[in-house]
Amino acid sequence: MQEIFPTTPPRDTLKTEEMLINMGPQHPSTHGVLRLVVRTDGEMVREAWPHIGYLHRCFEKIAETLPYRAVVPYTDRMDYLASMNNNLAFCLAVEKLGGIEVPERAAYLRVIFAELNRIASHLVAFGTYGLDLGAFTPFLYAFREREMILSICEKISGQRMLYHYPRIGGVARDITPEIAGDIRAFLVQMRKAWPEYNDLLSNNQIFIKRTADVGVITASQAIAWGLTGPCLRGSGVKLDMRKAKPYSLYDKFDFEIPVGEGLKGTTGDCWDRYWVRMLEMMESCKIVEQALNGLPEGETMGKVAKVLRLPAGEVYVPCENPRGELGYYIISDGQTQALRVKARGPSFCNLSITREIVRGVLVADVVAIIGAFDIVLGEVDR
Amino acid sequence: MTTEQIHELLAKRFGDAVLPYQAPAAGDPWIGLRPESLAEAALFLRDDKALAFDLLRIVTGVDWKDRISAVYHLYSTRHNHEVTIRVDLDRADPRVESVTPVWPAADWHEREAFDMIGIVFEGHPNMTRILMPDDWEGHPLRKDYVAPTEYHGISNVQ
Amino acid sequence: MSEQMTAQTQPPSAEELLRGAVKDPRELTRYLSYLKTLTEEGLNGSVLIAPLDAAINWSRANSIWPLSFGIACCAIEMMCAGASKFDLDRFGAGAFRPTPRQGDLMIVAGTVTHKMAPRLRRLWEQMPEPKFVMAMGACTIGGGPYCKYGYSVVKGLDKIVPVDIYVPGCPPRPEALIDAFLKLQARIRTDRPIEERIKGKEQGRGERA
Repeated sequence: MQEIFPTTPPRDTLKTEEMLINMGPQHPSTHGVLRLVVRTDGEMVREAWPHIGYLHRCFEKIAETLPYRAVVPYTDRMDYLASMNNNLAFCLAVEKLGGIEVPERAAYLRVIFAELNRIASHLVAFGTYGLDLGAFTPFLYAFREREMILSICEKISGQRMLYHYPRIGGVARDITPEIAGDIRAFLVQMRKAWPEYNDLLSNNQIFIKRTADVGVITASQAIAWGLTGPCLRGSGVKLDMRKAKPYSLYDKFDFEIPVGEGLKGTTGDCWDRYWVRMLEMMESCKIVEQALNGLPEGETMGKVAKVLRLPAGEVYVPCENPRGELGYYIISDGQTQALRVKARGPSFCNLSITREIVRGVLVADVVAIIGAFDIVLGEVDR
Repeated sequence: MTTEQIHELLAKRFGDAVLPYQAPAAGDPWIGLRPESLAEAALFLRDDKALAFDLLRIVTGVDWKDRISAVYHLYSTRHNHEVTIRVDLDRADPRVESVTPVWPAADWHEREAFDMIGIVFEGHPNMTRILMPDDWEGHPLRKDYVAPTEYHGISNVQ
Repeated sequence: MSEQMTAQTQPPSAEELLRGAVKDPRELTRYLSYLKTLTEEGLNGSVLIAPLDAAINWSRANSIWPLSFGIACCAIEMMCAGASKFDLDRFGAGAFRPTPRQGDLMIVAGTVTHKMAPRLRRLWEQMPEPKFVMAMGACTIGGGPYCKYGYSVVKGLDKIVPVDIYVPGCPPRPEALIDAFLKLQARIRTDRPIEERIKGKEQGRGERA
């Protein structure tokens, strides 16, 4: 600075006043109704306090009141970008406690659609992250492919976003050859579009300048704050519940766990978290293809009692949601509804580190950091 | 390591503070602890080489109508094993030591448990409501909670 | 919908505008004969005669700037409506504004909670007149699936701000949102801003609330 602008006074003589800035709950880059109170000194953030709860929809109270089957549609609305994964996690927990068998074909279908939904969710993350940082085009590209997934899911479940497709004991409907064809066509298109995304955003110099070396989270920090999913893997920790504690059929498929390597900057920066998601999309394509090829014949719905009573006990099944480890902690006292249901929303845990890492960054970088977490407020507030 | 083995280790170290192990008829097993020894046990669970529970999944509260429990779900990234710790508290005045010094992740979880069930975590840096507005009355996830009919002039009935 | 769409793409003729805007038949005949004399004098195509009301409504209806304000699941469908497949821009409503001071329409897309309600009310108050509110999805209409047991959910957006258009669905499809836009445009075309101003009626619709 000194050489370019010789008249600039030395840094310590610049007097600035601290200012409190309120970001949100209505803010285009907070991905919903997150509110951040930021104490700034000029362009620097001295401290930030996230405020949540603007979308608290009483999921846990409702889950204590309604029978198990009626709770499944509410799980859709928690992480609305990955409904299939949410349904799956809840169904798996209920099935484990109730000892309910799921037919193999249904389990395969669950994996196929959970992975498709993971791709759809990561596409939104990719598109909106571009939007946050001032690039509009990636958003249009991402939603082009996402619409293909939505129409596939709509064909099988009847809804565009909140599917309620995995049910307790199986899935709602069987796949048809037409839908299978659509999925294969989508995989071809996705593999063609993926390099385009990288040309557009991943290797874009402006994007790299905005994200590399920004918001670095070290591996030990990430674990201590309970981060999971791409946020943890971006810091170089190879932890994925699909591999660590394989649920459903994930031990049958061959796929990699991408981790952040600091390709454009430091390991654990925003670009790494973003890149892990990009690589995961391709891994999900691999899983979908394998599951589609190995799809066995048979029933899609197991035998479940009409009035479902779970034995007294408690259960927690960790699942890998696009955002991290999602699990439902269900306590039953032998009734038709649960005594307590606690959802571990990965976004909730991932977001709690915000205060720690936005200290001392520029105001504009706060947006980049929040965007790289890829939070869904429905899951933060539940 | 299974929950039973972890229980054995804990019982050897803390003696009576660890409640006897009961194998559940269905679902996952858990370990009961007395509230006084929770802070010490948390440090042991994190720092012991064989246990190494470095990732805190959940802190939550459960209202059993006659008592309130604080529940801790722990996971070890090193050993890929998990454990559930349960601490029973007095329902009239549920208080327990905060584990934020051990796992920073507990920060928001404990605030949520305070907000929803009303457990006070002693030593927590900022024990305030997190999901509900600050002036909200009652703890919604208690079994005897009655929702207000009006809040700040906005009716809360259909 | 296709008929409405073709109607959108061509600017309405002066006669159409007149017929749409002037309700009084006697007044209409007077305007139409005036228009006829003008066109007979060879001014056809170069001069457009329309009541000011119709001109204002035409411009207002075709440049609705929504306030980008996503709350929950419905916001994703709102984004879809604005993205590549559905392209809300075709209806002059694709310019999502990040600040309420530039917005004409507040699409409330998602569940409104008691914690959010005062903020939402303030956003609405910050919007300039004329402003419109669209309640998108079951939650904003009446609490939706959270109506019975949702202690923190406001059971209906109309408890906080006046609502012009309700879009049912959980979440509504982008087509439903587009349909709501068309309905809102039709509703704006029936407004009589000049007359109301003259009569001193346009005092801010907020007082209705």
